[in-house]
Amino acid sequence: MSTATAELPREVRQRRKAGLPPWLNPAPLWLRGIKAAVIVAIVVTMLYPLVYVIAMSFASPQQARAGVVFPTEYSLDAYRAIFNGGTVVTGLQNSLWVTVVGTFLSLTASAMLAWGLSRTKDVPGSKFILIMVLATMFFSAGIIPNFLLVKSLGLLDSLWSLIIPGLVSAFNMIVIRNFFMNLPTELIEAARIDGAGEWRIFLRIVLPLSKPVLAVMGLFYAVGYWNTYFNALLYINDAEKWPIQVVLQQYVLAGVSIPGATVSPDQPPPPGITLQMAVIVLATVPILLVYPFLQRYFTKGVLTGAIKG
Amino acid sequence: MTVKTTAVPEQRGAGRASGAAPKRRKATLRQRIWRERWMYTFIAPGALFFLVFAYVPMLGNVVAFMDYSPFRGFSGSPWVGMQNFVAIFNDPEVVTALRNTLVIAFLQLIFAFPAPIALALLLDSLMSNRVKRMVQTVVYLPHFLSWVIIISVWQQVLGGGGLVANLLSGWGMGGFDAMTNADTFKLLVVAQAIWKDVGWGTIIFFAAIAGIPQDRYEAAAVDGASAWRRIWHVTLPGIIPVTTLLLILNLGNILTVGFEQLLLQQPMVGADAAQVLDTFVYFRGVLGGEWGVATAAGLLKGAIGTVLVLSANKIAKKLGGEGIY
Repeated sequence: MSTATAELPREVRQRRKAGLPPWLNPAPLWLRGIKAAVIVAIVVTMLYPLVYVIAMSFASPQQARAGVVFPTEYSLDAYRAIFNGGTVVTGLQNSLWVTVVGTFLSLTASAMLAWGLSRTKDVPGSKFILIMVLATMFFSAGIIPNFLLVKSLGLLDSLWSLIIPGLVSAFNMIVIRNFFMNLPTELIEAARIDGAGEWRIFLRIVLPLSKPVLAVMGLFYAVGYWNTYFNALLYINDAEKWPIQVVLQQYVLAGVSIPGATVSPDQPPPPGITLQMAVIVLATVPILLVYPFLQRYFTKGVLTGAIKG
Repeated sequence: MTVKTTAVPEQRGAGRASGAAPKRRKATLRQRIWRERWMYTFIAPGALFFLVFAYVPMLGNVVAFMDYSPFRGFSGSPWVGMQNFVAIFNDPEVVTALRNTLVIAFLQLIFAFPAPIALALLLDSLMSNRVKRMVQTVVYLPHFLSWVIIISVWQQVLGGGGLVANLLSGWGMGGFDAMTNADTFKLLVVAQAIWKDVGWGTIIFFAAIAGIPQDRYEAAAVDGASAWRRIWHVTLPGIIPVTTLLLILNLGNILTVGFEQLLLQQPMVGADAAQVLDTFVYFRGVLGGEWGVATAAGLLKGAIGTVLVLSANKIAKKLGGEGIY
């Protein structure tokens, strides 16, 4: 009796602290052990390949050639060599340009369309356009008609071909539109009564209030542009204009050696494997950098879209 | 067209932003258009984009009924009726591509589709919110990596000179290379798909689980249901609507089995194991110059997808569930 009353409050206190309901009993120890093992296995499977690639890109030539599980001697030669040779740097520059320009244009066009379609009751014809836009989420014309279109527009071998054909995603537009439609109406109403035009309302009231959703959608667009691979393969033949993903495919998967990738003329080039690893790392780093910002918001972003779409 | 009815309920909120409601009834269409003229400046660029880059290419599918060559153009290429479709059905390569597509689609459906549900249930059963959030951060990450990066990383781990091969040869087992083995390639494809998107897929199931009222769990617990029985009798029924919805949407894309993923790996394992309908369209059309045949194959794939969505939706409704429209 005395032991029971002594134990119970502590358990109750622990549960309250964790925010758990009183009827929820903790799982038995063996089950918790299995769960922990499974979770550790999942985390290792997801993370170790990435950690390994990053570590090996810094491995010393001897260890890289020997093939170790985790390097202990480090060297920056792979990165030095890559930044000496032009191809990877050009690829990074192309990708950066496409990502910055593309994200800006996509976000602008999506936000404008979202605002334009946010009052379908008042604006004649806008509901029809909304339905036509939504319908594009369920079909696409296919590879060849798109290729023929880009070709006839004269966009082949231009970095614009990586931006314009995918300028607005219907899904992202709908998420922004949902956000706009849930903004407090009083402010917008008051501005309208004071005679403010739609553009003024959009620029001065709607956009400043919508920073969170614009940030998430901007990050989604940016990741999409950075990861562009197939469109570049399809539309761009000129190696000078390849984005980093095509460069990566050429030098890592197709096994072409990177031209001019040496530290200095009198030194042997770093082993191919560290060069490959370093290119992978350079293509991944921007994603890893924005990921923490992305992660804060994307659950919300995905769900708003999912519920309405 | 499938979204027509889902779009309607959203409109209700849209009217709130408008002023002068009583006057509107008397305004003619022309007056209404004039009053909202600035709104059309917002719509025009986006609408033009969707017209040119989503609807014009649809017309481009007429190539499927032509003996098209880019040199002659649309007006100069002769019409050939259904000849391209006849050619597809007599092409052994299409049969291989279709078989590979269906096998991979089937494997995805039985392994990759339920994986996020299992992971969501596992994470949901964790007591510590901090651990839960940390694991989520890790498992969401691969979703944001491109296929080129993912396959490059897998190559470095499971490929010929990779981590696992080195480990095994250290123990006297040489010659390991999971990336070029044509026999196990389809399982590899599914494993990669799970690695990339299992975490991302849990988001929607977490939301569904969070939407289940807590008192159902409490009632079940009071009635003496164990944790397993609560999952079976409360959680799983609670996520069935979302699961059905996702299943229907997935069926529409079922023939799209990781296009970039397969395109990138085809050189490593060969066309017999890695040719799917989409890669067939690319190799035959864009690289091979047989535009008509390739477009016909793409069009056929799209048509099958639409039929699958429509029929799955009908079945879901017949079974008493909710469809997507």
